[in-house]
Amino acid sequence: MSDASAPVVHQHAAPSKFIWKYVFSTDHKVIGKQYYGLALVSVFIGMMLSWLMRFHLVWTNAAIPGLQLLSKNGAPGGVMTPEYYLSLLTMHGTLMVFFVLTNAPFAGFGNYFLPIQIGAEDMAFPRFNMMSFWVTLVGFLVLIAAFFIPDGPPISGWTAYAPLSAVGKDAGPGLAWGQNLWAISIGLFCVGQLLGSLNFIATTLDLRTKGMTLSRLPISTWAWFITSCIGLLAFAVLLPACVLLILDRVAGTSFFIPAGLVISDHLQPHSGGSPLLWQHLFWFFGHPEVYIAIVPAIGIVSHILMASMRKPLLSVKVVYGSMITIGFLSYMVWGHHMFLSGMNPFSALVFSFPTLIITIPATIITMIWIGSIYGANLRFHTPSLFSLGFISVFVAGGVSGFFLAQPSLDIYLHGTYFVVGHFHFVMGVAAIFGILAGSYFWFPKMTGRMMNDTWGKVHFWFTFIGVYCIFMPFHYLGFAGNVRRYSSFVDDYLQPLLPVHKFITIAALITGAAQFIFLFNLIYSRFKGAPASDNPWDATSLEWSTTSPPPFDNFGGRHMVVRHGPNEYGVNGAHGDFIMQDSPEPEPAGD
Amino acid sequence: MGKLLAVVLVLIAIASAVPILMHTWWMPEDISTHGHMIDHQMSETMAESGIAFVAAQLVLATLVGMFGDKKDGRKAKHLPGGARLVVIAAVVLVGTEVLALGVFGKDAWAEVYFKKPPADALPIQVQAEQFGFYFRYAGPDGKLGPMHPDKIDEGNQNFFGLDPANDVDSRDDIVSASLVIPVNKPILLMMHAKDVGHSFYVRELRIQQDFVPGLDIPMHFTATKVGRYEIVCTQLCGLGHFNMRAFLEVKSQDDFEQWLKQQSQ
Repeated sequence: MSDASAPVVHQHAAPSKFIWKYVFSTDHKVIGKQYYGLALVSVFIGMMLSWLMRFHLVWTNAAIPGLQLLSKNGAPGGVMTPEYYLSLLTMHGTLMVFFVLTNAPFAGFGNYFLPIQIGAEDMAFPRFNMMSFWVTLVGFLVLIAAFFIPDGPPISGWTAYAPLSAVGKDAGPGLAWGQNLWAISIGLFCVGQLLGSLNFIATTLDLRTKGMTLSRLPISTWAWFITSCIGLLAFAVLLPACVLLILDRVAGTSFFIPAGLVISDHLQPHSGGSPLLWQHLFWFFGHPEVYIAIVPAIGIVSHILMASMRKPLLSVKVVYGSMITIGFLSYMVWGHHMFLSGMNPFSALVFSFPTLIITIPATIITMIWIGSIYGANLRFHTPSLFSLGFISVFVAGGVSGFFLAQPSLDIYLHGTYFVVGHFHFVMGVAAIFGILAGSYFWFPKMTGRMMNDTWGKVHFWFTFIGVYCIFMPFHYLGFAGNVRRYSSFVDDYLQPLLPVHKFITIAALITGAAQFIFLFNLIYSRFKGAPASDNPWDATSLEWSTTSPPPFDNFGGRHMVVRHGPNEYGVNGAHGDFIMQDSPEPEPAGD
Repeated sequence: MGKLLAVVLVLIAIASAVPILMHTWWMPEDISTHGHMIDHQMSETMAESGIAFVAAQLVLATLVGMFGDKKDGRKAKHLPGGARLVVIAAVVLVGTEVLALGVFGKDAWAEVYFKKPPADALPIQVQAEQFGFYFRYAGPDGKLGPMHPDKIDEGNQNFFGLDPANDVDSRDDIVSASLVIPVNKPILLMMHAKDVGHSFYVRELRIQQDFVPGLDIPMHFTATKVGRYEIVCTQLCGLGHFNMRAFLEVKSQDDFEQWLKQQSQ
């Protein structure tokens, strides 16, 4: 591990025209904001889709005013059809997993802050970087286009299991062009992520400024770097899987379709394929995807916690090691999504063991966080609250993983709301808390203005209590055997569970509404927020050594020289209880 | 703010645990010979995970309540034992839990998937399709006739694509929309998908297994209690997925034989 040589000179001059400055920009900061903006649009669409679904689940025959404008066939008179419920479910999952949980914590914050945190002036490949965003945006538009075609969005869920997703319109509405658009969209998304991952890796390895050794990288940069390595392998598998799916659908191939299927009274003209091949390819991507969402959030939260606690974590190296272990193990556990798929039952035990083992590094990280709070001087600003809330929800989602990691319990819980509760907590809510913590923390740097802390706290309390009210009861429903992905609960067995669903729906409506407080705070503060200083949190990493917002070349022509580690809190520094990474002051005694 | 967060964390831990401890929403009564192993494993896992969840929330609450910034220039302290203690504790606690769950949990799985069905198990074929289940019993000849996908004709209720004109074995096959079985008799289900992926889930039987197009998957169980139970699909299969269900009717041996006789007439 050696210091990079002198930082590269900014290869492109600051553009002056609007289109090159804000639209087709190669500036990593603009691209980071573009990814963040795309995630913001996606999350609000995804959240409103979940509102519609939750409303329909408990008031199945009630009209939702205006819904017929979105789809005349899917919601005649505003009353959602069962198939349109599945369309919304597919779009909700796809938007959230790909365009929110991957885009915001990794591509959004990573693009903006990774180069600054390592003292670089831009990414290694600025044009690739721009391309990665625009390919992703086209993927988003292709996906959203599915709402506006006669066929409607696909109904096969975000997992798009074959042969439902592969055989075309015979299998149901949304499975003709709607499914084509889905596959094209996700294929494009993969291309964008591959370009982004390569860029992150090259940038981290090659563009570190003088003194920025690997051990001096801030923990958030470590997380983005590890995530890039995970993403490079994961999306490289999903991309060809999408290509094969498209070929099955439009070119008559049979990668995922076996012989002898009769769908809608038509004997399908396919033979020789395997639906399990899709499941293997999909989950080989799908499980690491959980860590693509959560590892950046772990990095962001660790980064913020240290600034909030005014002391370093008990050991950042243990956290790095645990993140790397999680990333490595994430490629050995995909089969736990397929315990009941008909694959060899012996393989279930093989996949179960690393799934259980992966809880050890996750527990180590959690205990490091909690143990580090001992003896801290915790500052309870909004980013700190969301980081502490992250620990709580990460634990809630993690412990339910013990159930699903065991094939014998999967026999009962697979396909129920227990799974929905588990992954929403550990992947969805936890990553969203990481995103929100990062938003409140880095907003001053990105805009030069502070977000309103009082409204931030109001937002936190509604969100923190709200997510428990929504997602903890999902586990109870799972224990009761409530099957997921049902558009309504027609049978006698599920009817007694309706009050629980009503509680969840009301909680979801309130918690969702509270997110508009955040949106308003974000937009209002962008223009009217109190001016931010360069380092409003008394933090140490290099982004706080430049202006808020940073200039085009990040450091105003300065070549940064790093002399300190990123976690020097709780020391006697020249400006307080911290020492910035580029500070010329000597190492504190005993450090 | 730290005290408030601590109180909320404690309330969340208590509120989350109460419905679990009270079994307010829990698994229905088990009616299978193997289910008690799954139920036992579920309770063990619930106890270990529940304790871990509540303990983590309470410790987090305590520390958050204790170590707020009092702006008194207090020097930050480190946890006695440091990271080494934390890592050892995590590895020992979770490692023990993982080993216990992994080792003991495999028994229930083995009971369902590794153990061969008894030789006298009653074979029944189940076919899943959008959006229902059909069950086929061998008639007096004890043989199921071959399936011909090209002869499937829903209009004429030929759900399995049988060709009794040419296949002798098909002529006495019995097709039912319900799964009717005798109590305390091992059943061998042979699972076949007609169109897309589906799943077979009977909560009380503690059985769930996917139908995979192109694969015929065996599954065996023994029901121990007479009654009528719901069979539902748990694999997203299309627009009618929410309504795809059938019933399991567990009858006494006599009632079952009488039912079979009626069906074959």
